[in-house]
Amino acid sequence: MTPLQGCLLLSCTLFSVGLAGALSRSNAILVLLGIELMLNAANLNFIAFWRYGPSPAPGSVNGVIFVVFSIAVAAAEAAVGLALVIAVYRHQKNIRLQEANRLKG
Amino acid sequence: MILAAVTPPEQLLERLPLVLRDLVTGFFPEPLRWLVASLLAIVAILAVFGLLFAFLTLAERKILGRIQNRPGPNRTGWFGLLQPFADGIKMLTKEDIVPRAADQLLHFLAPVVLVAAALMTFAVIPYGRHLVPVELDAAVLYFFAAGAATELVVFMAGWASHNKYALLAAMRALAQFISYELPLLLSLVPVVMLTGSLSTTGIVAAQAGWKWSLIPHWHVFTPWGFAGFAIFMVAALAESNRSPFDLPEAESELIAGHLTEYSGFKYALFFMAEYFGMTALSGMAVTLFLGGWQAPLPFLQFIPSYAWFGLKLLALLTGFIWIRATFPRLRMDQLMHFAWKFLVPLALLNLGTAAFWEFTHDWSGPLQLARWALALAFVAGPFVALGRRLTAGLGPRQYTYAAA
Amino acid sequence: MNAVLVLIALLMVASAAVALSLRNIVRSTLLFVVNWFGLALFYLWAGAEFVAFAQVLVYVGAVSMVTLFAVLLTRRSLDEPGISPESRSRAAAGIITGCAVAGVLAGAVLRTKFPVASTPAIPTVTVRDIGRELMGPQAAGLLVVGVILTVALIGAIVLAATDRPANREDAP
Repeated sequence: MTPLQGCLLLSCTLFSVGLAGALSRSNAILVLLGIELMLNAANLNFIAFWRYGPSPAPGSVNGVIFVVFSIAVAAAEAAVGLALVIAVYRHQKNIRLQEANRLKG
Repeated sequence: MILAAVTPPEQLLERLPLVLRDLVTGFFPEPLRWLVASLLAIVAILAVFGLLFAFLTLAERKILGRIQNRPGPNRTGWFGLLQPFADGIKMLTKEDIVPRAADQLLHFLAPVVLVAAALMTFAVIPYGRHLVPVELDAAVLYFFAAGAATELVVFMAGWASHNKYALLAAMRALAQFISYELPLLLSLVPVVMLTGSLSTTGIVAAQAGWKWSLIPHWHVFTPWGFAGFAIFMVAALAESNRSPFDLPEAESELIAGHLTEYSGFKYALFFMAEYFGMTALSGMAVTLFLGGWQAPLPFLQFIPSYAWFGLKLLALLTGFIWIRATFPRLRMDQLMHFAWKFLVPLALLNLGTAAFWEFTHDWSGPLQLARWALALAFVAGPFVALGRRLTAGLGPRQYTYAAA
Repeated sequence: MNAVLVLIALLMVASAAVALSLRNIVRSTLLFVVNWFGLALFYLWAGAEFVAFAQVLVYVGAVSMVTLFAVLLTRRSLDEPGISPESRSRAAAGIITGCAVAGVLAGAVLRTKFPVASTPAIPTVTVRDIGRELMGPQAAGLLVVGVILTVALIGAIVLAATDRPANREDAP
């Protein structure tokens, strides 16, 4: 097994763990964290391909730049997502996703 | 330790740490030498900063004592010099109480993680011309990434104690740390912008040289650098939980904040990490703004570089103690207003000042005077305007009983 | 070198799996911090220093704080209700889906012949390179990210702020 395959296997395991968590938990914060984990698994792939990909150019920074942007967007996602969780909690004193099924507060 | 190529006319004193290191590593076979060298660096850092911590507590008590017109500790040893060790033994022999309802694991992990993270920040500070424990391309980023654990630890300590006062205090402390992290980071962005480097050695190297062989090219001697240094130090005071920003564990008002349920050696570890954090932030301030290990005047270069670094570091630490003795504690809302309505806008405007300074690089003659005047106006104008707004409606304090 | 990767992988997968199965949300958040730290270790191992430090700074320093604040602000004083059979079946379905996806992805990874790098040299990237790339070819992207972060900041404040004016008596 090449290091690249090892990294990719790690990444797909993490992705699946995140997916299973996001699907099976009902706490909104944990679902958000599961999604965050899936995003991180994707970032891991960028770095894996950047490092072990086919014939990397000497000064190639594409993989790194992708991840830098991705981390910035993930930070924004976490902030807005958790603000939404707090707003939902204020409306129904509960953050169970099964009970957050009304658009009218 | 990584060393640069040694320039020939260097004195023994400057190279002394390297010589000592080579002497020790010489006893080991070649493949082990790098390991021994790294271990030596770690041991040196632990020993130097451990002792510095010990004597800093003594110095703090002595200086506070003198400022408050009392002698300070003077019973243990000569001039009380053994006091820190007596304190250490006392702390070690104290009973370690963990609340029954506490989250045992996190309660234990919090002080350990805190001290480990605080020690990790020491790895990238250049202590001397050849004394950089780890040379990193993104050293400044590393420094603040290692410091990011502090906030997490405060939460862990507050939550694991299972005490509502500890948790509330932890939330307050977090609000303070997050608020002051912003000006802290913003104030050093101009340095990174103008030196074009995130590596601490690069930043120190950019401050080499003297103008008219009199004024060193340190960043603190430029308008933006001075403002940045001031903002950095104020934010560092708040980040290292020092008076007048020591609200998280205001010992005379709150019980001990998030440390309420800690006792014995764990409490001492928190205390130690606070001093380590203060020392590391001061070292970073020396590196970023005060020229690192550079000598202030050309003819003073015979003194080895690490001595200069040490002197500057001790000066800043004395400043920390002096401030503690001088200023009363802020109120929570004043603390927040000060961060968000004063320090953050000033730090943002300072970016503009730094950009102006960079773009007027080639102004000369009378234009040079205009450059200085404009840059100083950019720094002082917002300071005065924002300061007026912050203190609007607050008159001088009325003393009812004290004599005028 | 691969032993390090295995260790990091174990740390990351174990922390994530335990975090997502705990009932104590604060503990699972702290385990997620371990997971993010593990990812930073992976970046360091792969030679992407800058990304590793950015990961620690953003995730361990900032996202963890936001999450912990959200956990504490939405914590219910009452005890959690027991696990209902409905959520049990949903969890089973989620885990089966996760395993299926993992199987498909792992099969795809293992069966694909990746073109192996002819020169397995570590691509050396300095912070200066990243800065030039961000300021040059990717400047537009950087601007957009800046706008996104600003909008997200304002949006998060608007969403999380209370509509009621603050109690006058509490005001200083």
